[in-house]
Amino acid sequence: MTTMSDPPRADGFRVSKLINDTRYRSYTFQFIALVLLILGFGWLINNAINNPVLREAGIDFTFLQAPAGYDINQQPISYDSQDTHLRATIIGAINTLIVAFLACVTATILGVIAGVLRLSNNWIIKKLMAVYVELFRNIPVLIWIIIIFTVAANTFPPISEFRIPRDGSDPERGLLFGMFAATNQGVFIPRLDFAEQGWIIAAVALASVAGVFCWRAFARKELYEKGRELPVFWPSLLILILPVVIVNFALGSPVGIENPEMGRFRFEGGFLLRPSLISLWFALSVYTGAFIAENVRAGILAVSKGQTEAAAALGLRPGRIMSLVVLPQALRVIIPPLISQYLNITKNTSLAIAVGYMDLTGTLGGITLNQTGRALECILLLMLFYLTFSLAISAIMNIYNRSVALKER
Amino acid sequence: MSDTHAQSVAFVRRSEIPPAPPPARETGAVKWVRENLFSGAFNSIMTIVGLLIVFYLLSGLIPWILNGTWEGSDIRDCREILGNSGGGCFAVLAERWPQLLFGFQYPDYLRWRPTLAFVLLAVALPPALFAMYLPRWTLAATALYPFAAYWLIWGGTILAPVVAALGILAGYLVFKAIEKRGFVTALAAGAATAFIVWWIGGLIVGEFPRMLSIEPVPSRQMGGFMLNLILGVICVSLSIPLGIVLALGRQSRLPIVKGFCVVFIEFVRGVPLITLLFVANVVLAYFLPPDANFDLIIRVIIMITMFASAYIAEVIRGGLAALPKGQYEAADSLGLDYPQAMRLIILPQALKISIPGIVNVAVGLFKDTTLVSVISMFDLVGMIRGPILSSTDWVGVYWELWAFACLLFFVVCYGISQYSQWLERQLTTDHR
Repeated sequence: MTTMSDPPRADGFRVSKLINDTRYRSYTFQFIALVLLILGFGWLINNAINNPVLREAGIDFTFLQAPAGYDINQQPISYDSQDTHLRATIIGAINTLIVAFLACVTATILGVIAGVLRLSNNWIIKKLMAVYVELFRNIPVLIWIIIIFTVAANTFPPISEFRIPRDGSDPERGLLFGMFAATNQGVFIPRLDFAEQGWIIAAVALASVAGVFCWRAFARKELYEKGRELPVFWPSLLILILPVVIVNFALGSPVGIENPEMGRFRFEGGFLLRPSLISLWFALSVYTGAFIAENVRAGILAVSKGQTEAAAALGLRPGRIMSLVVLPQALRVIIPPLISQYLNITKNTSLAIAVGYMDLTGTLGGITLNQTGRALECILLLMLFYLTFSLAISAIMNIYNRSVALKER
Repeated sequence: MSDTHAQSVAFVRRSEIPPAPPPARETGAVKWVRENLFSGAFNSIMTIVGLLIVFYLLSGLIPWILNGTWEGSDIRDCREILGNSGGGCFAVLAERWPQLLFGFQYPDYLRWRPTLAFVLLAVALPPALFAMYLPRWTLAATALYPFAAYWLIWGGTILAPVVAALGILAGYLVFKAIEKRGFVTALAAGAATAFIVWWIGGLIVGEFPRMLSIEPVPSRQMGGFMLNLILGVICVSLSIPLGIVLALGRQSRLPIVKGFCVVFIEFVRGVPLITLLFVANVVLAYFLPPDANFDLIIRVIIMITMFASAYIAEVIRGGLAALPKGQYEAADSLGLDYPQAMRLIILPQALKISIPGIVNVAVGLFKDTTLVSVISMFDLVGMIRGPILSSTDWVGVYWELWAFACLLFFVVCYGISQYSQWLERQLTTDHR
């Protein structure tokens, strides 16, 4: 706008400059924007203040301390209907995180397998994976959740078929491997049973994990400094399993597996995965898995063929090419969309309300809201939870992105 | 030359040997099968597993479709007709399709109107979708369509959509007339003109509410797949311009504008759509004037539009960021001001880059319209879960109904994504 030969004239400020001079115009626009913003919010808040319903009820969070009075069918921490709304809310939040975590793990596994298989040179597998991806990507996840819920709640056999008849003959159905039973009340699975000294086992297991990391670091150091290549996979597996098994035997098996067993009327022991949890978990996994598959495929395709060929020319074996050359570059492309898929899973767990899984939306946004009528407060808290969670994950993602981004110039 | 060796060499071939056909295992179907299905032990196992999966799926699916019955008035009829053939009870679709498509409250005798609106869509869409192959004037059909569709679906006097259209037309003409005097001035003048026309028109409509009127249908009577389509189309088309504005705002150097846009986008992207629908359902009414008659569908449209526009803004921001910095500098060096640079140089390129992302958001949004069933609106999912599956006639007919829902959504979403891939190829102008 200004050139060397035409310096700005220092002739002071005129009102017309607020519109015509680019240096001042931005202030004008910002001022207008600010005024509009204040007017808009003022209008909304004014309406809220003048709203008869809201004026009578006020904004009040004390309802969180009142007894909730409703039951929750999946309780990761102890709860009964006399506990407060706050405790119900916390249980809902934990349930949200449980199903989100489970779905993230399985969606990643499914997605990576499907994404790699979609690039396989086997025609039929390639097409099957394409059908899987397109089918699940193009149909709403809500429909998948409800379909799987319907299957779990209607097509699985009733518990009565597992009952041992009076005459002591074999029941109609037995447990799969003596461990699993799929019924219309949910799927019974074995449970880890911790006796008194169980914490020792847990400590040993943690120590083993640390040991694995130490071994890997040691192997890498040997390789880089002395050029000696140590095996990594089998020793890691040994370190992971052996100490736990030995200690468990030595202490007389404080940690055992408790299988579900048929009692007189229902299963006793074991762990019950309810149809609502199964449907939510499974549907979110297969749905998001289809998206992750596309991300994985794109990531692998983004590594140019020359990289693979160059690595091969250096004499690397195919496994090494994958782990040292292709994957590190592909991961840089895959990880950011992967994390946003995890965020999507977490947000989509709010669909739990459609199948009655008691997550945060089911407790705080559902029953608590309906019982107390405190819509504004409940929804504010609900949003705050999801927002905090999402922003925290995005912050971590940004840090990660910065650390793996290509360092250019 | 040719007979130099005639004495010394017993035989000289005078013509080339015709090429032998390649070995049977290296040609045609055999080669293809060897290479693509049985190239190794692992691959062969995969092929067999794959074939088993396909066989298993088809062995359930084909009898279900072929043996299915389309006749019968309830589930008991179906069971009687089907016996043990494993067929599907498609009679539920034959009997309830109007409910699935239009909801259970839309008057029976008026169903021809939304049907006609969707048939007209076939005329209105091609000019926009295939703009590069059709003459420009056909776009008029697309421009007129929203008003015609509104009139057909909601009914009422024809004056309302006509006034709306006139307002936009007048605003556009004013904008064009004084565009040379600066984009912002022209935009403000155009908007003012449109509002004046709407205001005057509103008075006229208020005077003659029955003029050329067809029977009005209130919004709460919309339902079924029609509701999904209405929500999807309206929210996507509103959220694209909003998303562009938000993306530009987020890129802007003005701290207040930028701050507002960042907070808005991050907030909306951080919460699930369902919480926003709760807001529409129970909270939004607190923030609107008590006498204003916003019904649920409009509040839902407001919230879904906000939701989609934040996502579209992020997609467009990606497009803006992907443009080389030289493009911005070139626009500056030509002496273009901000609106000109954006409209002539930056946005056309950025939007082109963003097409796949925008379409992804649009498809995702269309799928998310099913969430309105959670706040007790009877869209396709709501219709199936509510009135149909809980009726005594059709209790237990899950597969047929959900398969129908899947089919409808799949056709629309897959069609949109295929179109966007085609459009992407059409718009590729770089020579790589």
